[in-house]
Amino acid sequence: MADKTFYFLTFLTLLFALLVVFSKNPVYSVLYLILTIFCLSGHYLLLNAQFLFAVNIIVYAGAIMVLFLFVIMFLNLREDAEPQKSTASKLAAVVAGGMLLVVMVAALRRVDAGSYNPATYNSQIGLVENLGKVFLGTFCCRLNWLRSCS
Amino acid sequence: MEEIPGVIRTIPLNHYIFFSTALFVIGIVGVLVRRNALIIFMSVELMLNAVNLLLTAFSAYRSDASGQVFVFFIMAVAAAEVSVGLAIIVMIYRNNRSVDIGILNRLKW
Repeated sequence: MADKTFYFLTFLTLLFALLVVFSKNPVYSVLYLILTIFCLSGHYLLLNAQFLFAVNIIVYAGAIMVLFLFVIMFLNLREDAEPQKSTASKLAAVVAGGMLLVVMVAALRRVDAGSYNPATYNSQIGLVENLGKVFLGTFCCRLNWLRSCS
Repeated sequence: MEEIPGVIRTIPLNHYIFFSTALFVIGIVGVLVRRNALIIFMSVELMLNAVNLLLTAFSAYRSDASGQVFVFFIMAVAAAEVSVGLAIIVMIYRNNRSVDIGILNRLKW
């Protein structure tokens, strides 16, 4: 069940990301970017990173995308106003991106990324309580230490 | 020590690496293909999100909370960066009546 959800969300995310890049109207691009970000939030939820799920929706879908939408409405861009690049340079861009993808996949295909350790696994690390402890405990201690050094 | 999430049990970490790579490459292609500065900016956001997802995936698989704290920092910086960048784009539009990056090559002189 979980793996089917993962692959479905992955497919949706990549589809919406492609639509962001290739849709003609900038307003549609922003709307597809919002959908992409909601799909990524679903990925965070699957990974049990609930704090990042909430922050992603609030900060990205709630604040950044509204800012984008506001600027696009403000500038009043029309879809025919954007001059297109020549077909050759578009093709070159897509080929360059595709070759980067091929190189990265070939380099990372055999890499042993490791996996979870069932003995020490803690599924609660993405929750607000634990992240707050790490954020205000460990990281703030280091900041205070840096300040006392200077 | 609760139950391990189903995704972490069934999906290998390599699939997250490939997925993030694909999302990052889509962002790069967007930067290279489009001429509208706003769309280019959105593609940069896509790349940032790909990196965020990979950091979260590694953090969740390794059960180490530092990665998710880094993602939180990245989100804070991205929000600040978007506000500054959009202000720059609005000023470019007020000067040129267009957000086409082809016009910006006069920055050379």
